[in-house]
Amino acid sequence: MEPVLQVKDLKTSFLTSSGEVQAVRGVSFSVNKGESVGIVGESGSGKSVTSLSVMQLLTGTGKIVGGSVKLNGRELVGIGTKEMRSIRGKEVAMIFQDPMTSLNPLLPVGEQVSEMLWAHEKDLSRADREARVAELFRMVRIPEAEKRLKSYPHEFSGGMRQRVMIAMALACKPDLLIADEPTTALDVSIQDQILKLMRSIQREIGMSIMFITHDLGVVAELCNRVIVMYGGLIMEQADILDLFEHPCHPYTMGLLASIPDINQDKQKRLQPIMGSPPDMIHPPKGCPFSPRCPYACRVCLEELPPIYTAGEGHVSRCWLLDADAPAADNPLSYAKGGKRG
Amino acid sequence: MSRYLIRRVLTMIVTLFMIALLTFCLMHIVPGSPFTSQKQMSQAVLDALNAKYNLDDPLWKQFFDYMRGVLHFDFGPSYKYTGKTVNDFIESGLPYSARLGLVTLCFVLLTSIPMGIVAALRNGKWQDMLLMFLATFGVTIPSFVIATGLLYIFSFKLGWTPVYGVDTWKGYILPMIAMGGYSISFLARLMRSSLLEVMGQDYIRTARAKGISEVRVIWKHALRNALIPVITVLGPTIANLLTGSFVIEKIFAIPGMGGYFVNSVTQRDYTTIMGMTIFYATVLIAMIFLVDLFYCLIDPRIKYE
Repeated sequence: MEPVLQVKDLKTSFLTSSGEVQAVRGVSFSVNKGESVGIVGESGSGKSVTSLSVMQLLTGTGKIVGGSVKLNGRELVGIGTKEMRSIRGKEVAMIFQDPMTSLNPLLPVGEQVSEMLWAHEKDLSRADREARVAELFRMVRIPEAEKRLKSYPHEFSGGMRQRVMIAMALACKPDLLIADEPTTALDVSIQDQILKLMRSIQREIGMSIMFITHDLGVVAELCNRVIVMYGGLIMEQADILDLFEHPCHPYTMGLLASIPDINQDKQKRLQPIMGSPPDMIHPPKGCPFSPRCPYACRVCLEELPPIYTAGEGHVSRCWLLDADAPAADNPLSYAKGGKRG
Repeated sequence: MSRYLIRRVLTMIVTLFMIALLTFCLMHIVPGSPFTSQKQMSQAVLDALNAKYNLDDPLWKQFFDYMRGVLHFDFGPSYKYTGKTVNDFIESGLPYSARLGLVTLCFVLLTSIPMGIVAALRNGKWQDMLLMFLATFGVTIPSFVIATGLLYIFSFKLGWTPVYGVDTWKGYILPMIAMGGYSISFLARLMRSSLLEVMGQDYIRTARAKGISEVRVIWKHALRNALIPVITVLGPTIANLLTGSFVIEKIFAIPGMGGYFVNSVTQRDYTTIMGMTIFYATVLIAMIFLVDLFYCLIDPRIKYE
């Protein structure tokens, strides 16, 4: 079956006065129907830019400089703005990080959701649209949905606003929902509610989700598959259980080690990943993670590692997986020698 | 809302009273009197004049007597122009000042806001550079310089517009440009920066993500938000334009209120100074009040309780 979204060798850059910031440097992945894929990485890893590239919502100097993005088999790179508008919101919708600022403060929330229907389902009357919005509000469990249509964003809490954003994104039943850190700006208790809501809605209507986050815990709750990004590249891609049980990249291992564990010995300190992300105007020649990697060898600094297969549907971009990598002191020796792809 | 309105009106009255009191004090601190002139008047004449206008009363009594008149919309007789009252000055000058002001206001709004929008949407391109160059020109060059330049070119050299007066509609053109120049430049810059800021907001990205046209994103989502700071400065701008610019009225020989005001100060025409100040202050305060009420209409977050 054809995947809903197929991204091949996507490259996105920002042309600034101090040089070309290569935010995404050749990323390939796909999202199948009904699947939820998590994209994980720290700030500046290129995960948000990847999603904005798919939506073609890059602002300012941001530009897709290469590669292909196919949605339902249709190429989106180089598509006309008008055609892209008819896809945006209808076939692929997005929810954003900060619900406090993502809604227009001067318009009633019902009207803002209704605008999505107005844009893509022209034959609906005003009354039809209102009924549909009320239905959507009930679906995202906004209490007293009918009454809340005329409310303004400032009359809602953060969690309720994010529900409005979700209702807006789902209005035209898109095939793919891109969620860019939808829970990061919310309280932990509200985060959990929103994640549960998204999971139940996904089950209900069977859409695909591309979930961008820096929180592996959130990914574990919602996603089937995980993509780990660093320095504008995909470092590792695996099924969710596989990734937690057999991480095949030192960066993923670092991420996992920095999650607090409730059973952990209180005396033991959390393990941070030392150092800071690379400068994307002059990205390192070798593996972007090598300056921070505790296992880095000379080859890591000099040459970008190829992608190795570490198992069924499990790929990783790390020299430690090479058949010629030293066995001693190699944390990945169990997965060594996979196919180079 | 009604409690807010009552409170607002009460504060406005107090403000006006304070302005009147301050003007009265300053006016009497300045040396001289309405009847000081180069030709020495005899003490008997001065005494008679002072008695006629109650200027021999204690100052506090003079002040409250005057304010009692103001309550009945009577700004008193002019001390310099026998037989004229301050109300006469306002009645004869206001129509000219207000008409010129209204014309200028429309001109300002119809040019500055589109200019700001175009500059913001073409940020960094030649249209933006050109408009912002003009706007910098407008705020830095004083209105009387612009006025004289315009007069020289359009009235004297080309003969398209009259040199003075507002007998025909053509007479309004140059004063309108000269008087509006500053406000246009100022508002265009404000509109530009405000719209630029709004265009970078998250909710604009949300609107774009819906797949609606860019025109609708700007019209429906950006403009209303961007207008809020512009409306804030509109109150004082409107009051300024409606009550007239003294300099512009002087240059184009328009018999508005400005001339009376300036003359009254140099001549120590006490009642005229007081009357004009109170009139100007009332218009200004009323405009600011109107703008505050207008906020309610445009911004649902503002509720007056």
